[in-house]
Amino acid sequence: MKISIERRPQDSNLMKYLSPLLAVLLTLMAGGVIFTLQGQDPWTGLYTFFILPISDSYGLSELGVKAAPILLCAMGLAVCFRANIWNIGAEGQLLMGALMGSWAALSWMDLEGIWVLPAVLMSGAVAGLLWALIPALLRNHFNTNEILTTIMLNYIALNLLLYAVHGPLKDPHGFNFPESALFTEAVTLPLLLEGTRLHIGLAFGLFAGVCIWVLMTKTFLGFQLKVIGLDVSAGHFAGFRERRLVYFSLLLCGALAGLAGISEVSGPIGQLVPSVSPGYGYAAIIVAFLGRLHPIGILLASLLMALVYMGGEMGQIDLGLPLAMGSLFQGMLLFFLLACDFLISYRFRIRTMSNQPPAHGRNAGVNC
Amino acid sequence: MKSLIKKAIVSVITAGLMTLSTLSSAVEKPLKVGFVYVGPVGDAGWTYGHDEGRLEMVEKLGKNIETTYVESVSEGADAERVIRKLAQQGHDLIFTTSFGYMNPTLKVAKQFPNVKFQHATGYKRGKNVGTYSARFYEGRYLTGVIAGHMTKNNVIGYVGSFPIPEVVQGINAFTLGLRSVNPDATVKVVWINSWYDPAKEREAAESLIAQGADIINQHTDSPAPVQAAQDKGVYAFGYDTDMTRFGPDAHLTGSMVHWGGFYTDTAKAVLDKQWKPEDVWGGFSAGMVEMAPYNKAIPEKVIAQVETFKEQIADGTFTIFEGPIKTQDGSIKVSEGTKLNDGDILSMNWYVEGVEGSLPN
Amino acid sequence: MDMDLITNILFAMVRTGTPLLLVALGELVCEKSGVLNLGQEGMMLMGAVIGFIAAITTGSLIFGVIMSLIVGMAMALLFGLLVIQLRANQVATGLALTIFGAGLSAYVGTDYIGQALAGFQPVLIPLLSDIPVLGKALFSQDILVYCSLGIALAIWLFFRFSRPGLVVKAIGESPHSATAVGLPVILTRWLALLFGGAMAGLGGAYLSLAYTPLWAEGMTAGRGWIALALVVFASWKVERVLLGAWLFGLASIMHLVLQGMGASISSNLLATLPYLATIIVLVLLSSNQSRSRLLAPMSLGKPYHPTG
Repeated sequence: MKISIERRPQDSNLMKYLSPLLAVLLTLMAGGVIFTLQGQDPWTGLYTFFILPISDSYGLSELGVKAAPILLCAMGLAVCFRANIWNIGAEGQLLMGALMGSWAALSWMDLEGIWVLPAVLMSGAVAGLLWALIPALLRNHFNTNEILTTIMLNYIALNLLLYAVHGPLKDPHGFNFPESALFTEAVTLPLLLEGTRLHIGLAFGLFAGVCIWVLMTKTFLGFQLKVIGLDVSAGHFAGFRERRLVYFSLLLCGALAGLAGISEVSGPIGQLVPSVSPGYGYAAIIVAFLGRLHPIGILLASLLMALVYMGGEMGQIDLGLPLAMGSLFQGMLLFFLLACDFLISYRFRIRTMSNQPPAHGRNAGVNC
Repeated sequence: MKSLIKKAIVSVITAGLMTLSTLSSAVEKPLKVGFVYVGPVGDAGWTYGHDEGRLEMVEKLGKNIETTYVESVSEGADAERVIRKLAQQGHDLIFTTSFGYMNPTLKVAKQFPNVKFQHATGYKRGKNVGTYSARFYEGRYLTGVIAGHMTKNNVIGYVGSFPIPEVVQGINAFTLGLRSVNPDATVKVVWINSWYDPAKEREAAESLIAQGADIINQHTDSPAPVQAAQDKGVYAFGYDTDMTRFGPDAHLTGSMVHWGGFYTDTAKAVLDKQWKPEDVWGGFSAGMVEMAPYNKAIPEKVIAQVETFKEQIADGTFTIFEGPIKTQDGSIKVSEGTKLNDGDILSMNWYVEGVEGSLPN
Repeated sequence: MDMDLITNILFAMVRTGTPLLLVALGELVCEKSGVLNLGQEGMMLMGAVIGFIAAITTGSLIFGVIMSLIVGMAMALLFGLLVIQLRANQVATGLALTIFGAGLSAYVGTDYIGQALAGFQPVLIPLLSDIPVLGKALFSQDILVYCSLGIALAIWLFFRFSRPGLVVKAIGESPHSATAVGLPVILTRWLALLFGGAMAGLGGAYLSLAYTPLWAEGMTAGRGWIALALVVFASWKVERVLLGAWLFGLASIMHLVLQGMGASISSNLLATLPYLATIIVLVLLSSNQSRSRLLAPMSLGKPYHPTG
């Protein structure tokens, strides 16, 4: 018996959709093994991790709360990644959105008028957009690698946020503690469901998903993005202006991430704090890949990612499992997905009989 | 035959039911206590200290309580969900152990009026929310006195985390203690903007030693500054826990926190239905602050002096923040005979005379 | 500034720069062969935790170092299986490696937190360590610092004078032409990647066995990312990586020294300086398109399909 790897004549569409499911399944299996090693019953472990957190309506609403910022960032990232633009900077763009949005909120929160909240949200989105403008400018005009600039900008954004929350935006009546004043009703996001924390930010994410689906499938701009992502020289040949596409996708992503940031601050948190994001911008990168850069896939993946976070909390509360389980699951999930993606373009061939003449090999082999 | 089986089944069921009922009546439902931690339990610093307190409480109260903790809970949107989940899962008493949990704790407390909440280092309370903190600065004053006797260069290095009142109180108390026995000594402060980054803490300690500091004090959570002092042959004070093992020669002593007593008392109060939402800010007198073992290098008479101060602070005959206290520019901030009240101490954002550099704002 | 202060600052600069140097050298070799591994942070953490556990359970620091090298390679192996064998996306795999390494290191290190270990002590080199200023800064360090210098020299010689060095560069520039002239692309990339993993493990072990001999979750605190930036900052040149690592060390020490001297700039704003500096250098380096092409390996980050 011989196993060989060969390239499929065409990418397998089936595998494209099967691969994430396979990855989830493999992660669950590996998780079961880890639970067993921990001395836990694997079924109880998996149940606590993946079912218990969403076993009541409040849990479900919290899933939406947790998924909302990841969803917004991942939608923007998907556009970038489609165009082969490696934006690792959604985290920094989110933080800048939170920072500038909070600044706007704190300055305007005592004003009356229905324009206040939209203006605050706009400020956040614009701040994220401007932060993404930096790597776009540098890439377009100085040929600078955006992977490295966006990583650096994440650290700079974090330090600016810390500076603001320890300095200018600190609550004047807060005994010098590093957090802003609590936001008033006027600058707080409306809830989707009374009695929960599910805010309109989730709706923004869903709306962004629809827009991006239309953009990528129905418009010429989306077509250009995809072509340039697949083959830059083909794009040039067709006369597409790469710079414009770089600007468009980075700025769009920045605006969405910025919106995610301000939604988080003016939604579930209700004030500017030093730890706005526990790494949503990085989690969104995983989500974008897991979701196949497709809006529906991303929606499902962001819910799954949120569930893994909540499962990590639940595992600690109910089973006393270490927190590191959560990041282990995230890492494994992405590893398995990347490994399974191999099956999209390649297949294993198992030849049962080695003395078969090569001409019949195709029929004798088992393809998967 | 049939009836026999039936009988057997019935008897088994009744026996089962009886055991169940005896079990539940014999052991009263234990008090469920939840903890929310900001860092990993193994940070060897702040969260580790709280978890030691939890374990002490478990040891003392045994079967009467049952504890749960959730570690590394971000002080953002996650906090409210975790606290709420703990309340929903039937915890009767919940300790939220970091400042950033203040508003989420209050929010959840409103929805669960029967659950008792205790929030560490905050200033907002409610019908079922008490606050607690330790007067870390009391221990820091004593380390200052020791430093005043032990320094040769008259320069002390201080590794700070964030310029918040809790840390500034410590720097000021330390400097007051230092200059009470050695008016020429000064304190250099370096901020690293992190509670926990061993390599950065080490860099900060080394940069202070490079500038002539011969004693290092720290308000960060890892033992890296003590290690740096050990390697460089200077002295250091630890923090949070006894850090002697990280620098047997360097480690003079340290101001340690001890939450176990408070946690045990609070859980007892809830068990006895005596709990009230209070603001507990304990120091030596409450047993919340303790000194780590003294290094042999400290002369006996210095230890005796420090121990006297400790007793006087504990019984209230000596007050650390009592005038005259001068600010950095030499002007009187607290006039002779006045004592700072807790509100002033809690919002302290100025340096006393003897601290170099300006407080970042 | 007196001489003592300068000497002390230089000494601290070398020590602070060493973990960055070790990791960056490994990544440099890796990138030269065309593989971009963003998982440095995860590999460092695994190296730090396993090195510490090995050293504390056996009492041998050298054994700790060896284990950190092995675990670094094991992490690189995982990465290689995905990106070299399965041709997965290098950016995503690297990120996954970082997340996975952070989780796994926290998981296996739980029982070792708060334990004390006597780390590597300085070894004075006779005569050389008596040179004023430089003697203290360069020749009174621990053995791993000397190792880092030795490795830097070896890599410089490797790329400058050896045939295998040329092979690595050729493969990084164009794997397909390299294949055409019969160079082993896959094997070379594997070796470069494993070397990078070992170096990242060693960089982590430098933290947990020499610089701050203890284990703490996430103790690398972003140094893996800085090392990545450093390689670009150094425009893929070994001697510049060495200088760059020390420059970064100097910057982070100076930002603390200035504070101690009473400079009243927000420490948060000061902390952004190394990142800003990297961006500026990146821009300066890459603004000239033809030059940057000469500097960065052409096939960096692109999967290699032998069958076309």
